[in-house]
Amino acid sequence: MNALIRRMILPVMFGIWPAVGWSQAIDTGDTAWMLTSTALVLFMTLPGLALFYAGLVGSRNVLSVVMQCFSIACLVSVIWLVCGYSLTFGGSIGGYVGDLSKAWLIGVELDTAAGTIPETVFVMFQLTFAIITPALFVGAFAERMRFSALLLFAGAWVVVVYFPVAHWVWGGGWLGDMGFRDFAGGAVVHVTAGVAAVVAALVMGNRRGFPDAPMPPHNLPMTVTGACMLWVGWFGFNAGSAVGSNGAAGMAMLVTHISAAVASLTWMTAEWVKYGKPTVVGIVTGMVAGLATITPASGYVGPIGGFIIGLAAGLGCFMATQFIKRTLKIDDSLDVFPVHGVGGMIGLVLTAVFSATALDGLGLDEGVTISNQLVTQVLGILATVVWTAIASFVLLKVVNVISPLRVSDDEETDGLDLVLHKERGYNP
Amino acid sequence: MKLITAVIKPFRLDDVRNALAEVGVQGMTVTEVKGFGRQRGHTELYRGAEYVVDFLPKVKVEVALVDDLVDRATEAIIEAAKTGKVGDGKIFITELVEVYRIRTGETGNEAI
Repeated sequence: MNALIRRMILPVMFGIWPAVGWSQAIDTGDTAWMLTSTALVLFMTLPGLALFYAGLVGSRNVLSVVMQCFSIACLVSVIWLVCGYSLTFGGSIGGYVGDLSKAWLIGVELDTAAGTIPETVFVMFQLTFAIITPALFVGAFAERMRFSALLLFAGAWVVVVYFPVAHWVWGGGWLGDMGFRDFAGGAVVHVTAGVAAVVAALVMGNRRGFPDAPMPPHNLPMTVTGACMLWVGWFGFNAGSAVGSNGAAGMAMLVTHISAAVASLTWMTAEWVKYGKPTVVGIVTGMVAGLATITPASGYVGPIGGFIIGLAAGLGCFMATQFIKRTLKIDDSLDVFPVHGVGGMIGLVLTAVFSATALDGLGLDEGVTISNQLVTQVLGILATVVWTAIASFVLLKVVNVISPLRVSDDEETDGLDLVLHKERGYNP
Repeated sequence: MKLITAVIKPFRLDDVRNALAEVGVQGMTVTEVKGFGRQRGHTELYRGAEYVVDFLPKVKVEVALVDDLVDRATEAIIEAAKTGKVGDGKIFITELVEVYRIRTGETGNEAI
């Protein structure tokens, strides 16, 4: 019974029955925190992720990366307004996607509430998640994707992949109904972005010269700056997903932080042992892995769970990166799949385990065992992976017909900034 | 007139500059370059992608000199730039056909 009620509160809070006026008054504390969280999560993309990625590519491609992140933020914002919010959080069509009842945000007014916060704030908060997800996968095809093709692909992808998957998990769809636990976007954001990334890397092919030609980062201080912004911003991402200014947010912030710190040290140590030196790229990548992995678990686990999840993230994503890069030689240039995709999956699975109160968690649903939850988690992961992989593949192929995905060899050598944007990042 | 081109390790630049001033050299042009001779490169590591980087950063110092100063200047550079380890660099001496001072139009030794 408790589980049923809990599974009803989420859809209600997300405004599916606004007319009924589930009458919780607007809480100014909750609202203030959610306004702040929204700003923090947008900050993760602009400029956090933009700087993180920008520093990792060659100087002749620095603008192409920030252009992609920036333009995606703008594009997704418009699509969210026009249909995205509705397709994600509108009335559910069979549990697979929302309807268009809130297209153009009709019905979202000054006083409309989504639980204890104004619906406008909820719209904005969720938008920042929709923005960062496609911004994440630009890392996979960095230094070789045509800008026009990227705009088409990213725009179509959020509609075909992100909105439905977000609906399944958070918008009153079938995964949420099944008891799937994804607190802040392990599946919705990280698995989808990661799978899209590796599919794109495979479809588009490796960069010229990969893996033998040196392609070092051109500005690691920039990357670290971006990484630090991601850490801070992630507090909005995870603690903000509590949609309240309360203990749940506090615990989410705490476990998020612990996972980030532990995963950073773990990756750094793994690299030190395997390659002989601890690197800056390594420690910040470990941080991202830790944050991505704790994301689905952040509302369900306790500090010890956060610690173990950080360890698993640091080790698991490190090994995955080696496997994709060195063994499979797939040029997912900025390691989106091994860090976000694999991290998200590890986190989703460990959510089932560390939710248990016996393992310092906040408790599984009534009548649900760890094994039950594990099955649910794996099913959700599979569904997300399969849908994302197929849809991403098809969209890439379709876009390729309209606008070739990849630039020519010469253009790739000259650098995208000059070729696609007629600009130089640096004019000394 | 001669042009001395010295490729040296970057951190020796200040010492070389001071040593040249002491023998009476008034000006020089300095460029940051990359190169290698017998000094082998190094490996760099980025998330498991290991690269061998052959080129090492060096500094190129170019000095135009009257013939009389060449020997002293060369000795000064060698003494200031030497560390004794592989990679100290090289000095190339080439014949200067003509030199102009742009501001005044002076040529030859007066322009150096």
